[in-house]
Amino acid sequence: MPVEFESIRTEHEAVRNEVGKFDVSHMGQITVAGPDAATLTQRLTTNDVTVLDPGEAQYGAITDEDGIMLDDTVVYRLPEGAADEFLFIPNAGHDGEMTERWLSERDERGLDATVTNRTEEYAMIAVQGPDAPDLLAAETEDVTLSALSRFEVADGAVAGIDSLIARTGYTGEPGFEILCPWDDAKAVWGALECQPCGLGARDTLRLEMGFLLSGQEFHPVDEPRTPYEAGIGWTVKLDTEFVGRDTLEGVAADGPEEELIGIELVDRGVPRHGYDVTTPDGEPIGHITSGTMSPTLGAPIALAYVPAAYAEPDESVRVVVRGEPKKARTRSTPFLDR
Amino acid sequence: MSFDVPDDLRYLESHEWVRVSGDTAEVGITAFAQDELGDVVFVELPEEGAELTAGEDFGVVESIKAVSDVYGPISGTVTEVNDRLRDEPELLNEDPFGDGWMLEVEVADESEVDDLLSPAAYRDQIE
Repeated sequence: MPVEFESIRTEHEAVRNEVGKFDVSHMGQITVAGPDAATLTQRLTTNDVTVLDPGEAQYGAITDEDGIMLDDTVVYRLPEGAADEFLFIPNAGHDGEMTERWLSERDERGLDATVTNRTEEYAMIAVQGPDAPDLLAAETEDVTLSALSRFEVADGAVAGIDSLIARTGYTGEPGFEILCPWDDAKAVWGALECQPCGLGARDTLRLEMGFLLSGQEFHPVDEPRTPYEAGIGWTVKLDTEFVGRDTLEGVAADGPEEELIGIELVDRGVPRHGYDVTTPDGEPIGHITSGTMSPTLGAPIALAYVPAAYAEPDESVRVVVRGEPKKARTRSTPFLDR
Repeated sequence: MSFDVPDDLRYLESHEWVRVSGDTAEVGITAFAQDELGDVVFVELPEEGAELTAGEDFGVVESIKAVSDVYGPISGTVTEVNDRLRDEPELLNEDPFGDGWMLEVEVADESEVDDLLSPAAYRDQIE
């Protein structure tokens, strides 16, 4: 996936106003089957997979014993009749590590489950934007897309290719993610006639929504964060048993020391990953994890970790851009109403 | 992809251009540079009266995806700054050799022009 096909702004606007497509086949696909598939997946994700009916999906985190996020993922309970019970989507490059994680937990607990890394078998194409439902419906058979609610998944044929169609995405717009056999990806991609979009627009679109990016908002070594710090405490179900639960119970009780907050620059400039955040007096309080000039808002926006005391909207802060403190204020996310 | 390289300009390897006429010169970045950067969203330039030094950075161009320093092709005193770039940084994308000019400079030493790339040499570099 290139950074841009045409221009980040053109691609970004296509998704906000019409429709665009992304080849996100770099994301991992791992299936879990067998009598203990639910028990195993429950043990390794923070959300409660037992509430999922067939054809439903949920967002969750994968944490270590210390409650530190190793990854974030969408767990799909596959539609009735599927050979596998669960499919989950780890981030790019994490599929090997996560397959190992599921296998070793299975073996340690003596669970009866089959874990298969299908990253090389499946392509994944996201079609996103207000016109995505109409565009996809025209190419789809066997499923009524309009009946598919957010975070639901169904079997269907796209351009004649048997696929899994999920109403999920990473842009804040209505849209779908289509999983099809790797070898048929070209046919599906070609049938969805709309603006191709690259990693650049994917980043600006998710950032306007305040969605996390693996490696930036969390990373086990460079940015070790709990789901509470990262602002996705709502995915942590402490009434389930999972790796990291006991630590996270303590974090939930005390409240996280730092939190991810939105920041908008008041002065001119563009906030970028790694820039320092200070108080108006110049006292360092945190750093930017992701930043950009928002194409939709025409404003410089960013995400940053700051002490909980500053994690309220409308706090006055500074972002240090090439040695210059620039006026900024904290904001709640998403930056965009959707 | 082939980029416009006007024949009446001289160039730096770092993709700035200069248009010398008499003892004044106009400075900007090339069509190739703006395409590499993508959508320009912010331009930081020196003020009138500032001194430009050949080969040293004088400003910053930020696109959505990248930050890039801009280098002086020639030494001199800044006599005019393109204020339109403040609110219309996209002029760098739309018209890099025209409305997207950055600075006008009173040239200190005209012989510095001889150290710059000819249009043919710059064309070779980017092709």
